[in-house]
Amino acid sequence: MEKRQIKVTVNGEPRLVDVEPRLLLVHLLREGLGLTGTHIGCDTTSCGACTVLFDGQPVKSCTMLAVQTDGHEVTTVEGLAKASELDPVQEGFKEEHALQCGFCTSGMMMSAKALLMENPNPTEEDVRWALSGNLCRCTGYQNIVKAVLWAAKKMQSEAAV
Amino acid sequence: MAQPLDEIKIGGLGARRRRVEDDRFIRGKGTYVDDIKLPGMLYMEILRSPLAHARIKSIDTSKAWAIPGVRLVLTGEMAAQRNLAWMPTLSYDTQAVLATDKVRFQGQEVACVVADDPYIAKDGCEAIEVEYEPLPVIVNPEQALAPGAPVIRDDKEGQRDNICYQWEIGDKESTDRAFAQADVVSKLKLHYPRSHPSPIECCGSVADYNPATGKLTVYMTTQAPHIIRTAVSLVAELPEHMIRIIAPDIGGGFGNKVPVYPGYVCSILCSILLGKPVKWIEDKSGNLISTGFARDMYLEGELALRRDGKILAVRLDATTDNGAFFADAQPSKFKVGLLHSAFACYDIPYGHLTARGTYTNKAPGGVAYRCSFRVTEAMFFQERMIHAAASDLGMDPAEFRRINLVKDHQFPYRTAFGFLTDSGQYEKCLDVALEAIGYQDFLRQKERAKANGRLLGIGISTMTEPLGAGNSREYDILGIKMFDSAELRVHPTGKAILRTGARSQGQGHETTWAQIVSHELGIPADDVIVEEGDTDTAPFGMGTYASRSTPTAGAAVAMVARKIRAKARKLAAHLLEVSEEDVEWELGRFYVRGAPSRGVTIQECAMAAYSNMPDGMEPGLEGTAYYDPPNLTWPFACYVVTVEVDPETGVWDVLRTVAVDDCGVRINPMIVEGQIMGGLTEAYAMASMQFQTYDAEGNCIGSNYMDYLLPTAWETPGFELHEVVTPCPHHPIGAKGVGECACVGGPAAFVNAVMNAIEDTGVRNIDMPLLPDRVWEAITFRRDVSGAPPVRRD
Ligand code: FES
Ligand code: FES
Repeated sequence: MEKRQIKVTVNGEPRLVDVEPRLLLVHLLREGLGLTGTHIGCDTTSCGACTVLFDGQPVKSCTMLAVQTDGHEVTTVEGLAKASELDPVQEGFKEEHALQCGFCTSGMMMSAKALLMENPNPTEEDVRWALSGNLCRCTGYQNIVKAVLWAAKKMQSEAAV
Repeated sequence: MAQPLDEIKIGGLGARRRRVEDDRFIRGKGTYVDDIKLPGMLYMEILRSPLAHARIKSIDTSKAWAIPGVRLVLTGEMAAQRNLAWMPTLSYDTQAVLATDKVRFQGQEVACVVADDPYIAKDGCEAIEVEYEPLPVIVNPEQALAPGAPVIRDDKEGQRDNICYQWEIGDKESTDRAFAQADVVSKLKLHYPRSHPSPIECCGSVADYNPATGKLTVYMTTQAPHIIRTAVSLVAELPEHMIRIIAPDIGGGFGNKVPVYPGYVCSILCSILLGKPVKWIEDKSGNLISTGFARDMYLEGELALRRDGKILAVRLDATTDNGAFFADAQPSKFKVGLLHSAFACYDIPYGHLTARGTYTNKAPGGVAYRCSFRVTEAMFFQERMIHAAASDLGMDPAEFRRINLVKDHQFPYRTAFGFLTDSGQYEKCLDVALEAIGYQDFLRQKERAKANGRLLGIGISTMTEPLGAGNSREYDILGIKMFDSAELRVHPTGKAILRTGARSQGQGHETTWAQIVSHELGIPADDVIVEEGDTDTAPFGMGTYASRSTPTAGAAVAMVARKIRAKARKLAAHLLEVSEEDVEWELGRFYVRGAPSRGVTIQECAMAAYSNMPDGMEPGLEGTAYYDPPNLTWPFACYVVTVEVDPETGVWDVLRTVAVDDCGVRINPMIVEGQIMGGLTEAYAMASMQFQTYDAEGNCIGSNYMDYLLPTAWETPGFELHEVVTPCPHHPIGAKGVGECACVGGPAAFVNAVMNAIEDTGVRNIDMPLLPDRVWEAITFRRDVSGAPPVRRD
């Protein structure tokens, strides 16, 4: 199938890539760019394992075509930490034991990140609602919710300094 | 004198040590099967049957072959030429790898296509033309057992009906006698619906056959790499030492990743045929319709009761819908898993259990979904029957349990079905739970609410579960005895690598095993790296399921550490220039008896093992332990749930969930609690929404997450956890299994709570899942809502 060239900024780096028009964004990220932190759980927009940020908004990359990202910015889990320094969301997940097999974790954290960028001081209910597009089969959600609240606190205390 | 080590600080027993595996996962640096990319790798896609039962008249693959980029189109006939159209299941049945004559369930594998990329492989599958001749479809045991029902497994010699096993256990005569003497006989009929474990990661494999060396390497989503290697060796007729199975990071298992699935076998066969690596990654609908079903059991039970609440005997009859192939992952000697573990925590003198399995036109079922084999059904049935019996007697269900629970002084206790339970404080667990929930208060609150037209309910589940499948006398898979293993190598500087025959899929082995080593040797847990899942490097083990990691592999870790300590003691004696008998051990250090300041650390002993060993001693400090447990472990739990039911809509909300688990000594309490919360979430899922159903034509209704409902953070309630600790008397560090208890014992607590809320209607049972319409129907028409979830006929 004929390919199209697109320009997309991934984790802050501009990339020029040739893609088949039918290629899904998740496959561009995983196969084309080698960013395997974004996972495929259901390929039908239900599990959230493939969640990435598209111009700062959480999207399910299994339901977006790669060509749609032409001229836009995508952030994946690999773009969360700055150099070796973890994002507070990542720290929160570790602190609160919010993951077990780790498969849903990237998507969970991306949804959490999007929430905290928009609402730095969420209630438990806000968090539960924001994560309701992400399924986890191992952990239960209690610790995941705690992790996001932990991150919110951490970000607030950092902002206060 | 050196300061004694603080075990918690170095990450020993009881430390809430943060998980070491998390670092790679939170950075997106895990390596799951789908992340494996090998040079020259090709992609395989499976074509599945759209029909549940049909004769295959013809398969035309020519259009698929014509697509550029397609490298291979494999059919059952081609597989048959290699003797691979059929494979043995873990239950000594056979299962089609690719259908040749007939398809027997919707989603069955019919052909596969290998291509340069996964999109082309999908195109290839779409281009295959299969002509089917539909056959009558059987979707439940009633149809399967009806006289004159078509025989689904006509491929099996001598099979004239749809029964795949019949089995009984217990003392029928004494049980009958006890029933004859009963004041009250309480009966209940239930269906535990078909369910899918549904880890978020589907199944997959990357098979890499190297024609030059003859070596086959398979990266695979498996909970039991060694068993798979043996199975592949037997099926593919490859020598075992030329097969390497690697289970990399696994995105959840829950029993779904124990069996051998046709996709794995096909990817291996395709790789052998092509001489190139072949990747197969299942998509979610393939996963949901074809792999790893669980439950689907119809149960009838009776309890013989004395008026004062004493249970005299139990009678159980179970009929299971096994699907088209008997593919249970289970200890082969027990045809329905450990169903007879039912009522193990109650002091009941007599029991009799009959069971049969049936073939139907559904995907092969019976995997041990987050449980030891059929224990989930057993415990659910038990706790629902206990609830019903208490209400038949007009007794408080907590009090009824207290009367019948096995008392502390009765251990070791032999159950009516022959199990030996070893320890527990069952009543204490119940007390802690009732206290935590504020039982009496809630009952008063419930009465007050009733006066205002509100329906509150409370449900209890007290259960024990046989965990840690092993002891080789009684348990095996494909004839291979159940035990587990660990290998520990201590390097000269005192850092170590540990490998076990288990494989974590999220249970946190990398963190926990290091803690056991730390507890046994005093080496900081951070100095121990754990590696699992590679059959070329790990000692032979049975894998991770049935909550057997800590009971068996964890025990092996303790035992191998003790072997190391024994050798280190000899080295210490040599370094301290005293006889071995004069050497004392404290955590991390040997010292001279009577002169505690003269000592050497375990690290100094490690260095000496390579640099300064006594004459005649074999250098090095490493060892292997194979641990064959003397018995199962028997954790106990009490789950209490309160709910409010809306009589207008049938919607029910969980008010509180209290869990009290006694899983013996907790190695890492944080991880243990995580396992319990995960289990409770799945229990809530089962009770409230998660089930797999079929229409009359055998079409699977829940083939995606829009139709197969799993709870999200929004619905899932919060959980309050408590503990009681009764160390397991035969486990080296007193631990018991825990990962499944909440998933096994939890569902009944939720259902009992709803039944309690609507008790005034006289309704005795609503089968799971308790969807609002089913609850509404029960309340509105005051009738039981029983049987399998509706079979759609549209
Ligand atoms: S893989 Fe995209 S939502 Fe599940
Ligand atoms: S941690 Fe396994 S699915 Fe969430």
